[in-house]
Amino acid sequence: MTSTFLPDKRTGPDADVPPPSAGAARGRARRRALHWLTAVGFQVPALVLFLVLVLLPMLFALYAAFFRWGGFGMPSDYVGADNFTRLFEDPVFLRDLWRCLVLVVLSLAIQLPFALAMAVLLNQKLRGRAFYRMLFFGPYVLSEAITGVLFGMIFAPDDGFADRILGGIGLDGLGGEWFADPSMVMATLFLVMTWKYFGFHMMLYLAGLQSIPRELTEAALIDGASAWQRFRSVTLPLLAPTLRISVFLSVIGSIQLFDLVWVTTAGGPDHHSETMAVTMFQYGFKRYQVGYASAISVAMFGISLVFALAYQRFVLRRDLQGATTTMRGGAK
Amino acid sequence: MGDPRLSRRGFLAASAAAGVGMTALSGCGGDSDGASSDGTTTIEWWNISTTEPTKSVWAALAKKFEAQNPKVKVKIVQLENDAYKSKMTALTASGKLPDIFHTWGGGVLKQQVDAGLVEDLTDRTKDFADGLLPVAKEPYLLDEKVYGIPFDIGMIGFWYNKALFKDAGIAGPPTTWSEFLDAVRKLKAKGTTPLALAGKEKWPGMYYWAYLSMRTAGASALQEAYDDKDFTGDPFVQAGQHLQELVDLQPFQKGFLGAAYSTPTGQAAAVGNGKAAMELMGQWAPVVQADSGKGLGDDLGFFPFPAVDGGKGAITEVFGGGGGHALRSGAPQAAVDFLKFFASEATDVELVKKTGVLPVVPAAESAIADPNIKAVQAQLKAATGFQLYLDQAYAPAVGQEVNDSVAALIAGSRSPQQVAESITQTAKEEQ
Repeated sequence: MTSTFLPDKRTGPDADVPPPSAGAARGRARRRALHWLTAVGFQVPALVLFLVLVLLPMLFALYAAFFRWGGFGMPSDYVGADNFTRLFEDPVFLRDLWRCLVLVVLSLAIQLPFALAMAVLLNQKLRGRAFYRMLFFGPYVLSEAITGVLFGMIFAPDDGFADRILGGIGLDGLGGEWFADPSMVMATLFLVMTWKYFGFHMMLYLAGLQSIPRELTEAALIDGASAWQRFRSVTLPLLAPTLRISVFLSVIGSIQLFDLVWVTTAGGPDHHSETMAVTMFQYGFKRYQVGYASAISVAMFGISLVFALAYQRFVLRRDLQGATTTMRGGAK
Repeated sequence: MGDPRLSRRGFLAASAAAGVGMTALSGCGGDSDGASSDGTTTIEWWNISTTEPTKSVWAALAKKFEAQNPKVKVKIVQLENDAYKSKMTALTASGKLPDIFHTWGGGVLKQQVDAGLVEDLTDRTKDFADGLLPVAKEPYLLDEKVYGIPFDIGMIGFWYNKALFKDAGIAGPPTTWSEFLDAVRKLKAKGTTPLALAGKEKWPGMYYWAYLSMRTAGASALQEAYDDKDFTGDPFVQAGQHLQELVDLQPFQKGFLGAAYSTPTGQAAAVGNGKAAMELMGQWAPVVQADSGKGLGDDLGFFPFPAVDGGKGAITEVFGGGGGHALRSGAPQAAVDFLKFFASEATDVELVKKTGVLPVVPAAESAIADPNIKAVQAQLKAATGFQLYLDQAYAPAVGQEVNDSVAALIAGSRSPQQVAESITQTAKEEQ
């Protein structure tokens, strides 16, 4: 798009020809300046919005993280890196980090493989597969808040749907206090997260699976490859770009998890399901310790940024270079 | 393709103009300041009564006041609770408040007074304020001066199920903490859940600690401890220990740590559906019980938080709060007249009857129909001490720390000593 507005790196015959006269050169310079102006003019609204709504608040949060500040007026009580030292002594925040890691690992180890299995299953010729696809994708369309309220009711101790069902089939022992039990709350939360998000990853995988040429699997079949071998050596490598993106989205989503937790448990009981974003909200909008909350958000941003950069550098590089897989790279 | 640059430039010019226009628009909004040329005074009245029936009742009262005072116009500005709080914070920073504005008293009002923005009403309202319910005026009294006139007052106490108490063989409402613990034991022995608690929301648990602190350390101790930034005194630790005694009996409903207050599976519903025998809650409890559950009707009773043996506090000391109005400094006489009108017996009777508030004019108590609300009113009338809700009295961070650490005590992860220490630490950090 830029090249249409900025034709200054012109190649071709007239690029080497010396200007016929000063006047013509001036004319061309003016036209070039006009092109520039037009380009800049068109970008201004978007740039201003980006600057005012994204970049400045981010920089301001970074700035505010060095102050003790209640959120009104300008920050004035400079405390240096105190907020950050406090952060790494705050047991709640340290446990947030641990919980974040647990969620990431659980997502990668359970949620995504499950989504992949469902995708492979629903990629088969199966009666009513369109219906199942829709069914499993459905939860993703629901808002986090509604999901939270829904599962708050389902997992209500004793009276909730879950405990009633378990009781009804004689498995009372499996029921429990779910969100209300400090030792069970993370498992319950992960269950809800899986219910909510696996459909999205399943859809990604389905799209990836459908772009795999059938000839390849057929060729493997003719070569006598078993179902597992076909999956392991044909489907999985060709699905790798999709998997890498899905892992990326899943990790970033786990780092920033907020709404679902806020609605179901608000971080409780006794901080046992608190995430970094929930802790930040507690300090920023409940305690009005906005400086400290900013420090938390900066830490979150840093973690996400480091992960995103490292992931792009080491994992996504192959995708970004266009050579999606060695096989296709060879074909190209 | 032709040269589209000209039209592009035209478009840019147009959008630039639109941008300027927007800026100009946002600069609008006038500021009417009191008297106009024809001798009428306009007073702005900011309140948070955005819901019916209060909204219409208050609008009608403003009309009535205008009819009685033809030279005065009342301009009502209504904002929803949270929007009002943030708007007022911005106005306080800018240094100009509305003529008449809603206030909960306590720390926020003090901040505004310290900034010189609030009218001292001590002398100007003496003729009518003296007759108001003393406890209702407490939140607006700062350094013995009156900075606000109440229109509502309420308090926290135990709401209990008389039928379940009878089943468990409890003679009457307990008046001391040990009697209370006995009642809890009796209810448990009968298989009844003694107490409902919304552990997820934290503030309902805080009421126990706050009341126990008032009973062990005396009514003024919570405010003094906040001012001195020291909650480590023995009575506060003892309050935590008493709460620990209660928690050790496991008196709360199953899964209380995850329960909300007003949802169908929450604290209020548990009492309203007869599943738990008691809750510690404000005067609004019967309404919420009936909304989220079935409601108990005649089985519902009220008793004040019991006294603690050997404590400095008395059972007649009240933990509560309400609503009131304050005036900006230099507000016109018409605003004072309005406060007088709003605190008159005729107005209060109407407020009590139509909007369900508790009366601040003693003579208006005849308008209360509900026996439980009458019981609350009797308690308020006889009050010998008062502590404002901690979220009004304390800075937000300290209030939240009280909620948080008491919740941790109830969940079993903090000791009474640790609760006292962490509140003290937060209070110190808040300078």
